Amino acid sequence: MTQRLLPISIFAALMAVIPLIPGMPPFWIVLLNNIGLAALVAMGLVLLTGVGGLTSFGQAAFCGFGAYTTAVLTTAYGMSPWLTLPLSLLVSGGAAVLLGLVTVRLSGHYLPLGTIAWGIGLFYLFSKLEFLGRNDGITGIPPLAIGTLKMLDAGTIYYAIWVAVLISALLSMNLLDSRTGRAIRALRRGHVAAEAFGVQTPRAKLLVFIYAAMLAGLSGWLYAHFQRAANPTPFGAHAGIEYLFIAVVGGAGYVWGAVLGAGIVVILKEILQSYLPLLFRGEGQLETIVFGILLVLLLQLAPTGVWPWLMGRLPFKPFRKRPDTSLALAARDRPAAAPGALLKIDHARKQFGGVIAVNDVSFEVQAREIVALIGPNGAGKSTTFNLITGVLTASGGTISVNGRNIDNAPPQEVAKLGIARTFQHVKLVPDMSVLENVAIGAHLRGHAGAISSMLRLDRTDEAKLLAEAARQIERVGLSDQIDQLAGSLSLGQQRIVEIARALCVDPILLLLDEPAAGLRHMEKQRLAALLRTLRDGGMSVLLVEHDMGFVMDLADRIVVLDFGTKIAEGTPGAIKTNPDVIKAYLGAVA
Amino acid sequence: MLCTIPNIGGSFQLLLFDGQRPLKATTDPTREGERPVLNTTIMLFLVQDGITSGAIYALLGLALVLVFAVTRVILIPQGEFVTFGALTYATLSTGNMPGTAWLAVVMGVVAFGLDLFAGRRALHLRGIGRALAVNILLPVAIYALTFWLAGKNTPIAVNIALSLLIVAAIGLFLYRIVFQPLAHTSVLVLLIASVGAHLALQGLGLVFFGAEGQRGPAISDAAFTVGALRFTGQSIAVYAITIAFIVGLWLFFGLTLYGKALRATAVNRLGARLVGIRTTLSGQIAFLLASVIGALSGILIVPITTLYYDTGFLIGLKGFIAAIIGGLVSYPLTAVAALVVGTVEAFSSFYASNFKEVIVFTLILPVLVLRSLAAPEVEEEKD
Repeated sequence: MTQRLLPISIFAALMAVIPLIPGMPPFWIVLLNNIGLAALVAMGLVLLTGVGGLTSFGQAAFCGFGAYTTAVLTTAYGMSPWLTLPLSLLVSGGAAVLLGLVTVRLSGHYLPLGTIAWGIGLFYLFSKLEFLGRNDGITGIPPLAIGTLKMLDAGTIYYAIWVAVLISALLSMNLLDSRTGRAIRALRRGHVAAEAFGVQTPRAKLLVFIYAAMLAGLSGWLYAHFQRAANPTPFGAHAGIEYLFIAVVGGAGYVWGAVLGAGIVVILKEILQSYLPLLFRGEGQLETIVFGILLVLLLQLAPTGVWPWLMGRLPFKPFRKRPDTSLALAARDRPAAAPGALLKIDHARKQFGGVIAVNDVSFEVQAREIVALIGPNGAGKSTTFNLITGVLTASGGTISVNGRNIDNAPPQEVAKLGIARTFQHVKLVPDMSVLENVAIGAHLRGHAGAISSMLRLDRTDEAKLLAEAARQIERVGLSDQIDQLAGSLSLGQQRIVEIARALCVDPILLLLDEPAAGLRHMEKQRLAALLRTLRDGGMSVLLVEHDMGFVMDLADRIVVLDFGTKIAEGTPGAIKTNPDVIKAYLGAVA
Repeated sequence: MLCTIPNIGGSFQLLLFDGQRPLKATTDPTREGERPVLNTTIMLFLVQDGITSGAIYALLGLALVLVFAVTRVILIPQGEFVTFGALTYATLSTGNMPGTAWLAVVMGVVAFGLDLFAGRRALHLRGIGRALAVNILLPVAIYALTFWLAGKNTPIAVNIALSLLIVAAIGLFLYRIVFQPLAHTSVLVLLIASVGAHLALQGLGLVFFGAEGQRGPAISDAAFTVGALRFTGQSIAVYAITIAFIVGLWLFFGLTLYGKALRATAVNRLGARLVGIRTTLSGQIAFLLASVIGALSGILIVPITTLYYDTGFLIGLKGFIAAIIGGLVSYPLTAVAALVVGTVEAFSSFYASNFKEVIVFTLILPVLVLRSLAAPEVEEEKD
């Protein structure tokens, strides 16, 4: 606990004494206020863009929602500023729900373009609406007050702003270091892997979108009471771009990068605005030229930002606590010897346009059985996997698990039934530790939500998830690598991490897509031994593999596909001598 | 007479009507209460106006599609090509020396430095000579020519040619300096870099051309009337050039080997390189074409409407909306979409002039959603 809070406490104490230093120029306090306000918005962007991979150029508009809400309510209706705070957050969060429902559905580059579009649209809306004062905005907003203390000058509202920054940073870090946080962090690497373990990716995206918007709304609310006025200019498209710039400068993946980036950019802007006009004949906005050039240079030379660079230079390494493996999660209810096959595939079919990738394939996997799916490249093995796990919807046929029909069920539902998988092309989050990656596998076995995570009420739940992850890592023999970043492991080890992650589901059926590829001989033997142990413990395994020695040794039964069609099925011994199989692999004998 | 709509930071004058007819009442904010009734004549004017703006948006949309298809760059600075082209042309027409010529030289020097640095392990005389010719001699020659011709009361055609040359050089160097070093990165990184380039170029635009708006001389003073509608030579030129570019690009990409090579680069850079396509050259050609198209659009509209240093951004974004409706891949669809955007804009400036921009920019959202649903992201991109 202290390990985590010590640096923050020191920072908070430092920030608290700054305005008390005698002779501190008031202008510097104003700058610090601006840094705090920008840091709040950038922090939301860190979660949204750096962590969640959703680029938004429109965050300034959410500041506008926050600022205008309090401006209208305090000036026209005489409400107390403290009462308008929840309303400001509600309005910006509500706007985020509406825009988010549209925006998070956008794929790839349509997303940032969409945010540019509504960013500009909302800016014009702010500047044209009569009750928002059009271009002139709203003035005469009352200051914040506690009792008789009115926060009129920069030195007092300074505390309100920086308390907000510190609390937000703490909540954001808590959120990232939790079950929900792992789901958000997995988003940037695409949705397929996360969904295979039960993460509702659209919901996770919307959540982080709303959170970022509310941080921006908070910044806007503070801004309105700091400036005591609100007009459209600070909420336009260029402000939105500047916030993204701040996040990129600081380090888009790091909560404190937002604060650092805000400091760098706000101070740099100030310096540029005061000195550039002396160098050139001064006609405003010269700093944007330098900003633009710096942004490009930064992307070319240091795309990860200043914060990680700074942290890499620290003499000590951040402390990591080993999870207590004595804690256990409740095991899955296993139906006692259900009649019929565990997995039954009946005339499954998948067409991509004119190509039939899987052509009426039928086979079964029994309980406690290792079945191998083999066939030459392009035979439809991985497509079959994707049909079973709900990544692709079948064009025909039925797939059932324990007698329950699962065709067209989304991946999350399939995962709930106890079907876990690995991927042919490893899908781990490279900048997360092995432990965190594996813990994603246990996503469905935890229950803590975003708010309890932010408030750290999720610790018992979280400790159990991490304990389970640590146990599975130990089981696959990667305990020494538990704290390493997944991206730093060899490809073979990454495949083993994927197996550990799948085991965290507590599956009844394990689907392994080429698990032995990239493994050394000894590692393959260890993997085979592990899979046998799992089978003897009651699990079924369906695996796709090209290493024939491995397959023949391990599998109880083999299904052979060629050009999407099942050409043979049987024991390893029978398959080895099957003429059709030999023909498919080696070609016809002339 | 143009309809002027008050805007933030100066006034953005719409590309409305042909510059002759006083229809100011439709959008004059002081007379908002009395809304003129839409009759056939006004409707025809609006349609004609929408098509003229739409044609410009179509040109820009085409350039955006072209650049995206080849380099995966979403070209936000396209608007600056428009402004630079228009204001360079307008400045030359007044007999002054445009700052953009100087910018081309500076960017050329930086590009030369990058070329030398990138090739530092294998420097040979021919390579240096070529880099010197493209990056130093070319912009210096353009600068010298401009300097020599400025103030000589040159004919319009010469001014147009000079403006196009200057902006083309800037476009070429922009690719070399900003995007070529990032060519291997994700669409998102390229987009952020693109926004950075936009900021820098727009700031430079303010330095070069000042905060005042400018107008340029018309390409042709010819005009004729069909029924109630009046067609100027300028608007005919807009239509003709747009159609020529659409057909030309469509043929180029569909039929020529080089066009196909450019498309191959777009799909898979590594694959294209393996079959011998020089991906850098493809990017340079795309940017060259885009900057020429952008500058030409600017030159076409600057006689009709006053352009400010930051006007291009908004015009470019409207081209974007068209390009996105076309899915960033289809040229004919982009052209049709641009006409729709222009017409919607013309009609919304008639009915709700205050909310014109809001309407035009919100138009994009349902389109984006439909696009995303129609082509869901198959799998993530590595960053």
